[in-house]
Amino acid sequence: MRFVDRTNETDAARVKRRDRFSVRLLHVLRSDRLGQAALVFLVLIVLAALLGPLVIGDAATHANLGKRFVTPFDPQQGAAYVLGSDALGRSFLARLLVAARTTVVIAVLAVVASALIGSLIGTVVGYLGGRVDSYVMRIADVMQAFPSLLLALIILYTVGPGLVPLIFVLAVARMEVYVRVARAETLAVRERLFVTAARALGAGPIRIVLTQIAPVIAPSLVGLATLEFALVILSESALSFLGLGVQQPDITWGGLIAEGRNYLRDAWWVALLPGLAITLTAVAVNVMADVVRRTTQSD
Amino acid sequence: MTAFIMQRARHGALSIVGIVILVFVLARLTGSPARLYLPEDATADAVAQFNVQHGFDQPLIVQLLSFIKGTLQLDFGESLLYGEPALNVVLSRYPATLYLAFVSMLIASTLGILVGALAAARKETFADKICRVLSLGALSIPDFWVGIMGIALFAVYLGVLPTSGAAGPEYWVLPLVTLALRPIGIMAQIVRTSMVGALEADYVRVAKGKGVGERAIVFKHALRNAAIPVITVAGVLMAGVVNGALVVETVFGWPGIGNLMVAAIHGRDFAIIQAVVLVTGTAIIILNFGIDLAYSWLNPRIRVSG
Repeated sequence: MRFVDRTNETDAARVKRRDRFSVRLLHVLRSDRLGQAALVFLVLIVLAALLGPLVIGDAATHANLGKRFVTPFDPQQGAAYVLGSDALGRSFLARLLVAARTTVVIAVLAVVASALIGSLIGTVVGYLGGRVDSYVMRIADVMQAFPSLLLALIILYTVGPGLVPLIFVLAVARMEVYVRVARAETLAVRERLFVTAARALGAGPIRIVLTQIAPVIAPSLVGLATLEFALVILSESALSFLGLGVQQPDITWGGLIAEGRNYLRDAWWVALLPGLAITLTAVAVNVMADVVRRTTQSD
Repeated sequence: MTAFIMQRARHGALSIVGIVILVFVLARLTGSPARLYLPEDATADAVAQFNVQHGFDQPLIVQLLSFIKGTLQLDFGESLLYGEPALNVVLSRYPATLYLAFVSMLIASTLGILVGALAAARKETFADKICRVLSLGALSIPDFWVGIMGIALFAVYLGVLPTSGAAGPEYWVLPLVTLALRPIGIMAQIVRTSMVGALEADYVRVAKGKGVGERAIVFKHALRNAAIPVITVAGVLMAGVVNGALVVETVFGWPGIGNLMVAAIHGRDFAIIQAVVLVTGTAIIILNFGIDLAYSWLNPRIRVSG
């Protein structure tokens, strides 16, 4: 970006460029060491989750009973066993990478689904108001008061565990938050002059919500979604730990912890490392959420 | 004031009806509820007989009405695992969870308020930064993993604490730490934010001008006014404590409803699951009603806007 020739840039174009979300985000990041570290860590996790399984081949499923519970950082065992092995002698590094992919994919899909649907509902009821609005908010109240894990457990019990039901319950359990925030933001924007102008020019409700309101309230929803991402990773790991998440042969970090729980005496790393991965990812996401929040508040 | 209380009571009652209907819909989603109530290897004859006996062959609306009637009479069905009314089993397990939840909330709010208030008073210093990193960590760490690591370190390797169960005080240490960690983090961050605002208020400047000591300013003047957002969070945190209890009780074999719920899921005991969901949901809605009352009593302005 630094090498772009901007000598002929007009003032209007410059203001527009500086106003872009990504540019302001970079500006906030420049002076924030913790934020930079968090971003680098998250990029590494996503790259490892996407590319890792291609590099390691079938190491994650290749059992070798001669190499049960190899201790991590043992130089004689080679690169595949740098993080030790599990009860079946599978490379634990490979297991962690495969689990990272499942964990990240589940969290991303759940967050995107609940953010999109929840924000849409919140914006529409906020704009329309009236009876629909109060019914939807009553439902949101019930969902807020109700323990999300309890809701997830009963749904997964009746529908049965699996990848799709898991994403579904994670998305539904937190949708209420987006509805609430999108509605509150819409109420604040609804009476502003540009919305009235659009209405006077004959724009219908759908057009106004999509072209006038959505762009204004989007930044705070993006901030919220980043914050929720950490929470979804934690909820997913808890559900997988309880045995209601994805089923074998699929595995997530939470599922690895549940496995490791049986071998605490023989192999501490099987339970320790995936928990460390969850914690670091959640911390990094929370730090990034803070960066996003400061970016959106700086205008 | 009365109008506000009535409105909140009506919302609460509606929410309880909502939860009852939700449980009914979920139970009927899978087709015949006989599949949920009976063991997995039940014969077709047993299923048919069960359906007739409990009226599951009736039209849905009749089933809904009789379900609501049963719920009003506090009849949640018979537990498959324990062979007695599900409500009795659930109520006998509740005290253990409530003790644990109460003590851990007490620890969490004391520590959270203390840490948050001090961080706000020492804003932008090294101590404040440490507090922020620690509370961020407490928020981000999976609670069940803390529990397992605690067992590995203190019970398996060092052998100073028991692995699971509930008897003497030593059985309380690990579950309490595990359950309190996340609320401490949330509380500390919220108290810090609202205290930073309160410490910049005019009345604090006046108190400073009068020569009031720093401790009195932080803990008497500012903290009292910063308490309102903390009370609103308390309701959300209660739901969080039930979430925490589900996993923490499983990890430590604590004889409360979390443990019961997970056992019921693995033992396919739907009557218990239904009773836990209805009792917990109702309790939390009543609790939130209480919080609304406390909130409106502390902050008269919100009564007007409702």
